[in-house]
Amino acid sequence: MLAQAVRRLALAIPTLLAIVAAAFVLMHLAPGGPFTKERQVPPEIERRLEAEYGLDLPIGQQLLRYLVGDEGRGGLIRGDLGPSMTYKDKNVGEIIAEGAPTSAILGFSAMALALVIGTFLGVIAALRQNKGQDYLVMAFAIAGVCLPPLVVGPIMQLFFGVEWQLLPTAGLHRDEYGLRYLILPVFTLSLPIIAVVSRLMRASMIEALRSNAIRTARAKGLPERQVIWRHALPIAMLPIVSYAGPALAAVMSGSFVIETVFALPGIGKQFVLAAQQRDYTLVMGVVLIYSFLIILLNLAADLTYRALDPRSRTA
Amino acid sequence: MSDILIDDAPQPQAVKGRSLWEDARRRLMRNPAAVTSLYVVAILVLIAVFGPVLWVHKYDTIFRDSVAIAPTWKNMHLLGTDTEGRDMVARLILGLGISMLVGLAATVVALTIGVLWGAIAGFIGGWLDDAMMRFVDVLYAIPFVFFVIVLMTVVQFDDPVLNLVLIFCAIGAVEWLTMARIVRGQTLSLRQKEFVEAARAAGAKPLQIVLRHIVPNVVGPVVVFATLNIPVIILAESFLSFIGLGVQEPLTSLGSLLSYGKDQMTTAPWMLIAPAVTMLITLLALNFLGDGLRDALDPKER
Repeated sequence: MLAQAVRRLALAIPTLLAIVAAAFVLMHLAPGGPFTKERQVPPEIERRLEAEYGLDLPIGQQLLRYLVGDEGRGGLIRGDLGPSMTYKDKNVGEIIAEGAPTSAILGFSAMALALVIGTFLGVIAALRQNKGQDYLVMAFAIAGVCLPPLVVGPIMQLFFGVEWQLLPTAGLHRDEYGLRYLILPVFTLSLPIIAVVSRLMRASMIEALRSNAIRTARAKGLPERQVIWRHALPIAMLPIVSYAGPALAAVMSGSFVIETVFALPGIGKQFVLAAQQRDYTLVMGVVLIYSFLIILLNLAADLTYRALDPRSRTA
Repeated sequence: MSDILIDDAPQPQAVKGRSLWEDARRRLMRNPAAVTSLYVVAILVLIAVFGPVLWVHKYDTIFRDSVAIAPTWKNMHLLGTDTEGRDMVARLILGLGISMLVGLAATVVALTIGVLWGAIAGFIGGWLDDAMMRFVDVLYAIPFVFFVIVLMTVVQFDDPVLNLVLIFCAIGAVEWLTMARIVRGQTLSLRQKEFVEAARAAGAKPLQIVLRHIVPNVVGPVVVFATLNIPVIILAESFLSFIGLGVQEPLTSLGSLLSYGKDQMTTAPWMLIAPAVTMLITLLALNFLGDGLRDALDPKER
């Protein structure tokens, strides 16, 4: 298992390189650049600016420069993500270091909350298949994916924040991650994930309960609670493990809507603004983080899958 | 057993075979949630298609003397007007139509690319399969938003309708990846199934095997994916509207209506409630229909 993990990590390097190259080229295909603004800059100055950031070079050379750097700049291989093209006094590394913790905390908490609630709801629905509780849980689950966070967020702010004065509606208190400030954004972010997890859980739990392993466990005379939580749950968790890996990468690399609605300083907001303003280096930085998380968490999901799947234990 | 016995045995009456689709249709019709959803979707489609012609107001007519008024019978503003003084019912009908159109068209784009890509990779296999799926892996690891923003800005049209077509293509061009994976996986596993083996042993030709045994088993997941994908795309479109890359004024979509509505939430709640309820009904119906189709088309349930 360890050997395979090492091999997969080694394979990740060429994959990451391919992603960087693909994103880099795509990004530069889009018309306009970071210095084409509404306020017209004299063309001479624009050219000087572009030369300063190496934007006048052919695309291949720009990519090479981004990867290995040149005099004065480290390049990606030395961990230098380059200077931002819209925040003149900041490096991409610094911008991401400021925003990433917020996005990561939000995403991770939302996923954790969704896994707990979603699993629980899914198991209940599966045990009461085609009965009242099942329909209730599933109606809630489907409704969870039917309203986008850009609507749910403001509604929660209105009720919990303005009408009932229970929770703060936006921001962070003195830039600290106080629990009260995280409840609404985390819950809003986790609603769609709860919906997906509980649906997956319901389907795979129903299947698991029909399996021979569970029939054996029941035949042995184990108490029903133990059959469900100790024997059926690990089997039923498998599809959720494969879902949760990439989904965690997606929520941890920031959500534009949540960060905008709740005025939180994360990288999701930075990323969308950067893409619209053609801040090439900042966009590449966030893409890189996302891709890295995807690869890492997919690997983690596969390893967890193996650990949980009883069939792979003897192999 | 001797041959004579078989000859003497009463010949069974030719049983009228029920096709796969007939079977699936029957199972779908037994599912009340799916049937209700089917009717709801049909009604919504009818409203979206004929509503703009039948409704008394046009979506871009501005009533300067009744700006942001609450729902009223007066002048038939049944859902009020927006901050520009346009009738909300007319805007809602248009928004519903455009959201459904975006969902459908993007799904068709995603389906076409995805099914072809996945089937070719799965059938031919070997190094081509490897190369094609590595390509999908690489694209998978690039965030959705990045793609759509780049694609939407590479080509920009002044014509709002052309712009709309671009949204379909941009979203479809992102969503095909999952489809390609599903179809490839199905094709690979089906090639080795016993019933394919049996068909081959019975002397079926490769084309026959593909059409009669593999395609029906791939079509199930594809149809389910397509139905469940439309809500995903309608939501994605609402996200694009939120960041200002969605449908351009004076056209609108459920997503842009929601986006505007949430800003007027405290002063003019009807501008949020009407599109939110419409979106909820549309997506609920599509989701229930997709779930019903999945159950109906599942070969294990037969």
